Amino acid sequence: MTPRRTVAALAALAVVGLAGFAVVAWKPEIAPVRRPMAGDFAPDEVRRGATLATLGDCAVCHTADNGVIYAGGRPLATPFGTLYATNITPDEATGIGRWSKDAFRRAMRDGVARDGSHLYPALPYDHYTHVTDGDLDALYAYLMTRPAVEARAPENSLIPPLGFRPLLTGWKLLFLETGGIAPDPARSDTWNRGRYLVEGLGHCGSCHTPRNLAGAEIRSKAFAGGVAEGWNAPPLDASSAAARAWTAETLYTYLRTGLSPRQGAAAGPMEPVVHGLSSAPEEDVRAIATYIGSVMGLKASKEPAPVPPPVDRAAEAAREHPEGAALFAGACAGCHGDGAPMVAQGRPPLSHVDAVQAEDPRNAVQAILQGLKPSSGVGPYMPPFRDSLTDGQVAQIAAYVRTRFSEKPAWPELADAVAEAKREGSSP
Amino acid sequence: MTMTLTINGAEHRVEAEPDTPLLYVLRDDLGLNGAKYGCGLGQCGACTVHVDGRPVFSCLTPVAAVQGRRVTTVEGLGSPGNLGPLQQAFEQEQAAQCGYCIAGMIMRAQVLLDRGGSISDADIRNHMQTNLCRCGTHMRILRAVRRAVDATGARTSSLEAKP
Repeated sequence: MTPRRTVAALAALAVVGLAGFAVVAWKPEIAPVRRPMAGDFAPDEVRRGATLATLGDCAVCHTADNGVIYAGGRPLATPFGTLYATNITPDEATGIGRWSKDAFRRAMRDGVARDGSHLYPALPYDHYTHVTDGDLDALYAYLMTRPAVEARAPENSLIPPLGFRPLLTGWKLLFLETGGIAPDPARSDTWNRGRYLVEGLGHCGSCHTPRNLAGAEIRSKAFAGGVAEGWNAPPLDASSAAARAWTAETLYTYLRTGLSPRQGAAAGPMEPVVHGLSSAPEEDVRAIATYIGSVMGLKASKEPAPVPPPVDRAAEAAREHPEGAALFAGACAGCHGDGAPMVAQGRPPLSHVDAVQAEDPRNAVQAILQGLKPSSGVGPYMPPFRDSLTDGQVAQIAAYVRTRFSEKPAWPELADAVAEAKREGSSP
Repeated sequence: MTMTLTINGAEHRVEAEPDTPLLYVLRDDLGLNGAKYGCGLGQCGACTVHVDGRPVFSCLTPVAAVQGRRVTTVEGLGSPGNLGPLQQAFEQEQAAQCGYCIAGMIMRAQVLLDRGGSISDADIRNHMQTNLCRCGTHMRILRAVRRAVDATGARTSSLEAKP
């Protein structure tokens, strides 16, 4: 073939390729419908949808800080730029008021909006795709009967060319595995229910599974641990050393109350999750605990391991980190010191807190910087120290806490860890 | 241990243990009694002061942590004869009942004024969440902050979501 012919052939191929891509990428608009009203749905279905919305944590992303529930606008920082959660109230102009049931199902399953545009996988449709028709319809009934709020999300700011949504077709071809989850007949109904909730609406893997460079979950490393909003989402698989301390019962208590006497309090992005689960049906939370327990490799009948005595090497820690010791005494001991009111309430000592025992200081540092802020106003609270302590002082306290309350090796490069945690944990 | 602190623009030499709460040094050693001891746990905000322009709980801030940094207390915002905008607004709205939380409230609100830009009522509520008033004058406190925001020329926002 002459060079000219090669060019012509390549050009033809490119045209055919582009045309093919356009055909695959193009999704039709689904015609708008009259906005459904409360009377169009059975009250039971709406109630079931409310429970499912809680299990799916819809409100966590689709509500801005101090914003109206489901009205969107929350910035979501991603490695590719900032996305803004959309309004999923039934407002006709700015929400999903004119979406049909089919349009809603398509968005949840295939990540395509009513108008045919592709949605970014920040909406975890890689999980929601497993949800049954019946559950999606109940969610639709629930959302469509919420008060309509007129609110338009700010424009996304993504690194070019990712603002061009048809590119998401490629992502979906590579990473989106649609289809339901067939029950495993060898397992109990509870386990199967747990798997359905965890892999589907609960989208636990969105944080607890590591992601590849394209931002997709690495399926071969399911539940091997990930990073969310600057916090470590610990591994939930058998590889986790911390997993050995759990039982299905303590997992249930943790998911239900946000507090475990052996691991500490839910913090960062996990806090709204346990807040949601606190009002979810008990049997569903038990099912989640059962499934996660089996992913961790826990035996169903396992007796809770005896709680080890607390570690407290105060003298050694003060010798190694005198500045950290003074800062701890002034800033932390009011709650975490001997005889503090919090200790008297039976809150776990720092030596039983996972973040203090972890290999990586990230969560301990984030807890010091950001504190713990229960979204319901009830639950473990810790004030933030971001503004009162310098990065160096936070590092000194973390080093002191590690030495005093664990027998693990010191965390290296703490100053860098603090700077990084500050960068990753700040809102976009 | 002798430390040099910069408070309301002036340098002070104080003798204190490094883990002493900044609040105790302000009140007991320097006679700056604006900031109050409320809960001692960082939960009420009565002890709020600024460090490098950011609001902090002085009850949980070891004095050693603020060496070389800029501390501002409510006394730094004005004096009885020369009130700052927030102090004036709190007086005009009669926002104090027992008054115990007010210095902390003013210091928290001052950060919002310093930030400038458009400040909606929702922004004020959100920002003031950290600070508690046990008498129930929250509504007057919010009005006072609104008044100060308007008086200092910060623009109001109409971008709130309409139900």
